[in-house]
Amino acid sequence: MTQSKVGIRIEDLHLSFGDTKVLEGIQLVIEPGEFFAFLGPSGSGKSTLLRAIAGFGPTPRGRILIGDRDVATLPPWKRNVGMVFQSYALWPHMSVRRNVAFGLEERRMPASKIAPKVEAALETVGLLHLADRMPGQLSGGQQQRVALARTIAIEPQVLLLDEPLSNLDAALRVQMRRELLSLQRKLGLTTIFVTHDQEEANTTSDRMAVLDKGVIQQIGTPQQLYDYPANTFVAGFLGTANVLDGTHDGTHFITRGGQRLAVANPSANAKRIVLRPQNIRVSGSGEGVPGKISHREFLGSQIRYLIDTPDGQLIVDTLHATGHPPFDAGAEVKLTIDSQSAALLED
Amino acid sequence: MPAITDSPRRRLTLFPNLSGAAVAGIAIAIFLMAFLILPVAQVLYVAFLDARTGAFTFQNFQDFFNTTLFRESFVNSFYVSAMSVVVATMIALPLAYITTRFNFAGTAAIQALGIIPLIMPPFVGAVAMSLLFGRNGSVNLLLNQYFGFRIPFMEGLNGVILVQSIHYFPFILINLSASLRNIDRSMEEAAQNLGSHGMRMFRRIVFPLAMPGYLAGAALVFIKVFDDLGTPLLLNVNNMLAPQAYLRITGVGINDPMGYVISFILVVFSVFSLWASFLFMRGKDYATVQKGGGGLSRRDLNTREKWLAWATILLILALVLSPHIGLLLLAFGTIWSFSPLPDGFTVQHFGTIFTQSTQYVWNTIIYAGTAALIDVVLGCAIAYIVIRTGLTGRKWLDYMATAALAVPGVVLGIGYLRMFHGIQLPFGLGQMSSFWGIIIIALAVRRLPYALRACMAALQQVSLSLEEAAESLGASRTSTIRRIVVPLMTGGILAGFVTSFATAAVELSATIMLVGRSSDAPLAYGIYLYMQSPAGRGPGAALGILAVVIVALGTYLSQRIIERERSRQSTISDQH
Repeated sequence: MTQSKVGIRIEDLHLSFGDTKVLEGIQLVIEPGEFFAFLGPSGSGKSTLLRAIAGFGPTPRGRILIGDRDVATLPPWKRNVGMVFQSYALWPHMSVRRNVAFGLEERRMPASKIAPKVEAALETVGLLHLADRMPGQLSGGQQQRVALARTIAIEPQVLLLDEPLSNLDAALRVQMRRELLSLQRKLGLTTIFVTHDQEEANTTSDRMAVLDKGVIQQIGTPQQLYDYPANTFVAGFLGTANVLDGTHDGTHFITRGGQRLAVANPSANAKRIVLRPQNIRVSGSGEGVPGKISHREFLGSQIRYLIDTPDGQLIVDTLHATGHPPFDAGAEVKLTIDSQSAALLED
Repeated sequence: MPAITDSPRRRLTLFPNLSGAAVAGIAIAIFLMAFLILPVAQVLYVAFLDARTGAFTFQNFQDFFNTTLFRESFVNSFYVSAMSVVVATMIALPLAYITTRFNFAGTAAIQALGIIPLIMPPFVGAVAMSLLFGRNGSVNLLLNQYFGFRIPFMEGLNGVILVQSIHYFPFILINLSASLRNIDRSMEEAAQNLGSHGMRMFRRIVFPLAMPGYLAGAALVFIKVFDDLGTPLLLNVNNMLAPQAYLRITGVGINDPMGYVISFILVVFSVFSLWASFLFMRGKDYATVQKGGGGLSRRDLNTREKWLAWATILLILALVLSPHIGLLLLAFGTIWSFSPLPDGFTVQHFGTIFTQSTQYVWNTIIYAGTAALIDVVLGCAIAYIVIRTGLTGRKWLDYMATAALAVPGVVLGIGYLRMFHGIQLPFGLGQMSSFWGIIIIALAVRRLPYALRACMAALQQVSLSLEEAAESLGASRTSTIRRIVVPLMTGGILAGFVTSFATAAVELSATIMLVGRSSDAPLAYGIYLYMQSPAGRGPGAALGILAVVIVALGTYLSQRIIERERSRQSTISDQH
């Protein structure tokens, strides 16, 4: 079922709904065989971008290259990209088998060739035994798999997944995202995955693009984006962050509250520093920034404190170990900040 | 007998006592038994009784099918209903397609097209239609003069088919358009994504998804035409089932078994089509629109397509408006015979009805108003009992009330005549079967299913949490209903009232059998009486105009109420 992998290149793409600009100056290169995520809050334009690649919505300005072919002006049915819809969009009047066969029938493939391909696609998602059911008789997870089978049956060059896990419950979501990933690896399909859930993006994608207000904020591997966010939006959107204002003197970042934090990658233009909650340690005594526990939340493996300091309230996570009593609200504590690898922001 | 079961929402009581809901439920059940189930059951039962001995027999059915006239009537009723579905589909399909698939400026005109026919009862326009399309009607006179041929639009059964399909096509249009609109855009996009487009996609994906809506509409048209009495009577087509039943019972007598056999057949067909349309819909809730998703995408028409679309719509509009135009010409015309237009115009017919026939108008307002009031009260009570209480057997209230849908007006009329015949009412009100109050009850029972649906829908939109909030703040069950539920349902209740009123105002098939004397008669009966003679057509049409105005006002009002309600509901949900 594998075929030659193709990459996707998007050049200076602009798109508006009437007078509302939805996408602006999108530049993006997705490598062949890559699992790529579009991550962003609702209204960020991530779904619009995905739909533009599939050919839905208003015609954009700019180029969308799949392999060497510019598809930006082609109708959806000529693009050969497979899309899995958020709602799955299974046709309720057709059995599972007929749903999966549909795309092949539209390609005028002889019936003798369609049947084995349909079975292979259903086999791939592990649903061959349900081939003659109607979509309404399937669970959410099964419908999701049928939608996938229907899409991969046409052997698309590119697989587009629009929030594919959002209609599943939490446990199934984790299982399905693993299955999605292993399926993608097996087929080697260049895949784009749209989600608003950073955990989904982090756990599945090779690289991702974070979108906000129709603009790509940053592109990189999940770890790069978490450790070195390019701006405050990315820092805040990917995980919890303490973002402190301040200035830079060449070797240290000096916060408003007067802390001198040693940083490894000095930048003269730095205006903010990103401190992740787990990079701050709390102790009852000794050296460090003075603070007072304001709130405590028990999260299971971790304990999260909100601590009042000269730089305002900081979020600090500590590992919870059984038998170690936590600090109570009101306790005076000292904070040690691991700032060497902290990201500096210029916006 | 309904009894209380403990539902999660009900406090457990040690002693089973009858709650208010249970009392109301029992009262409604008795009402429905007395005025719907028993009269109809009796009609069905009598069909199997020997008229003289009272013994059980199939002889009546044998007699029925051995009589040429009845066999012919049976075939005719079937043929007319089926053809009406075909013609109505031919009218509705292009309209539904144009509105749902294209950005088209005439969409408002099409929506009007979907309402205009419904505001005129078919029998009212029937006579006007024969003057326009009949053998010597305007259209054929002109055709003959300029082209030398005539088209038998109104000859015999054709007339019934034409009048009925013009009147009932909106049922198909509305259901089909709603189904089309309820298809989520992703259904279509998924097909395009897999390489399908254009007419092929419409045929394989879009139309099958809209099929249940179409079939439901078609089944409704079929049964409405099959049961209708007024239109064939006014067109003087008597060789159909409903007119035969009416003529047998009123002509031969209340004991003539043929009326009952025909009633039996009518009921069986009604039940069968309703059951069929239920089967079409069951498990096929194809309403796939997702939250935040849109309906099917629409595209712009090019110039040629635009002309084609307008031409189609104008043609249909002309056809749909013709009963109204004909009725106006008739009401304001002096003499209209063997000429394309009346000889002159006058308001004299309106003078005639305002001096001679005001009792019809007042009777209609009283009958239809009271019937509609009964309907919303019963409708709300049933809706509340079914949706919000755990009363045993509560579903049966719904089933019983809805069963009225499957009972043709003629059959209900015959049932009342048979059941209440010979029962003397106190206070000098005379015989129960000819008492005017029985007309009100017949109207109420006939319209109850519609009012009930409106009340159910209204109640379902009142979130249970709103009631629970009131109860947790200390309001009792009764005062919660009074202060929270009923005010929130007002819009739906009003819409139900107005719809019931407007349709009851022009109901003919049950009332025609129950009118005891002319002074007790409502509008519809008055129109029927007038239309019997050529001289009465003018005043009859003027009465018809009045009826159309009443129904139009009612429809307009209920539309407005529903829209206002919808915008209020959406502002509430926007605040979440």
